[in-house]
Amino acid sequence: MQRRSVKKKSVVKSRSSRAPAKRTKSTRPPRVVVLVGTRKGAFVLHGNASRTRWRTEGPHRFGEIVNHIVLDPRDRKTLLCAARAGHLGPSIFRSTDLGKTWQEATVPPAFRTAPAGVTGYAVQHTFYLTPSNASEPGVWFAGTSPPALFRSEDGGATWRGIDGWNENPLRTVWCPPEDQTPDGSIMHSILVDPRDATHLYVGCSGGGSFESSDAGATWRPLNEGVEAPASPEPFPEYGQDPHCMALHPLQPDRLYQQNHCGIYRLDRPATHWERVGKSMPAAVGDIGFPIVLHPRDPDTVWVFPMDGTTVWPRVSPDGKPAVYRSRDAGKSWERQQRGLPSENGWYTVKRQAFGADECTPLGLYFGTTSGELWMSANEGKSWRQIAAHLPHIYSVVAATLD
Amino acid sequence: MRVAIPSPLRSYTGGREHVQACGATLAELLAELDAAFPGIRFRMIDEQGRIRVHMRLFVNSELARDLEVRLIDRDEVQILCALSGG
Repeated sequence: MQRRSVKKKSVVKSRSSRAPAKRTKSTRPPRVVVLVGTRKGAFVLHGNASRTRWRTEGPHRFGEIVNHIVLDPRDRKTLLCAARAGHLGPSIFRSTDLGKTWQEATVPPAFRTAPAGVTGYAVQHTFYLTPSNASEPGVWFAGTSPPALFRSEDGGATWRGIDGWNENPLRTVWCPPEDQTPDGSIMHSILVDPRDATHLYVGCSGGGSFESSDAGATWRPLNEGVEAPASPEPFPEYGQDPHCMALHPLQPDRLYQQNHCGIYRLDRPATHWERVGKSMPAAVGDIGFPIVLHPRDPDTVWVFPMDGTTVWPRVSPDGKPAVYRSRDAGKSWERQQRGLPSENGWYTVKRQAFGADECTPLGLYFGTTSGELWMSANEGKSWRQIAAHLPHIYSVVAATLD
Repeated sequence: MRVAIPSPLRSYTGGREHVQACGATLAELLAELDAAFPGIRFRMIDEQGRIRVHMRLFVNSELARDLEVRLIDRDEVQILCALSGG
């Protein structure tokens, strides 16, 4: 496959996999559902048109560990769920009726069988699911622990490894399998360029960010300017710890990441990430797990800071939860906390547990490890709890139905 | 031979606690089980042929360490789930 060069400051006009779809009936408000993956199954919250009332439905895949549950924005119907039970191996389940019925993948993500005498790898769980871009209907990617990359071309029924990553001898150099990330080292971000489905970025805990321009056949580290947490060199070629990466659907040369070592932005074709988290208040810091982009404004981004000092408590600093928003691509940040607990709110929001819908004004949603789900229908100005007492939340995805 | 199925795997067997299957080894038995109940093997055995960490396979109450254990028709195979945390 031909290597493509990254176009400078290209703006996508067509619909991308993550861009808001053009609605044919502009008078009808979108129906938003919030897909929640938890340690004990998945839940679906159905909102009314004004997003003021929510009905919790579930659990689906009850008792299973659901790391990610995602609706295909290309058909607004296909739901994929990455699940494993405590005892059983990992699999992927598919539903086209919002979870009433599920079909298991006939070939779930799995490494190639190693030659005799060689200890081979086994997928421990699928952590991240994403559809490819709009040019490849039915194509999905999956990121796993240990960090590996899989592709399905039939809507999630069968999966095969991308050998350029999984069989690459550098894979275990870049992302050591002995990495001590809780629950195992993961590939947690797979970003598909909406202009070109062969142009991919991935993010791996304890490994860094990597780029491919040939559909995953070859890869190169993309970590310049990003600090590494467990390295004698402050800025090594790889070994960084991105927690969550995002690419803007309308300006795909703009990337953001919430890293173990701060918040960063990169505007391609540059290769040097800028630590935009330096402009966060010093008392709060710029450590966290998730990062959320405004789907219509490449300069607007939200984070959920956590305490990354001393022994890394990983909860809201001082027990005062807040999101922080930047509207100038990270040059400055403002605190948004109205409606959230003013004290004793020791929240941890995991990397896949903060998301946005595509309504106007934008709706934001986050879930906590203590099983609370919060939403803002006004771009973060005020927040209210829409579910509580759920199991430990791993992922929150807002999706629009037809 | 008779195979005891634990509750986490009964979604594959239509709720049946016991099923019948044949094979000269555990590997053959599991291949036959998977043909009858597609997907069941991968939930117990990883892609390298290793018994998953929280699964236990017993042949006549003896723990099997791998899938090369030989079987005869009157053997009884029990598939059990070990502890896996909270």
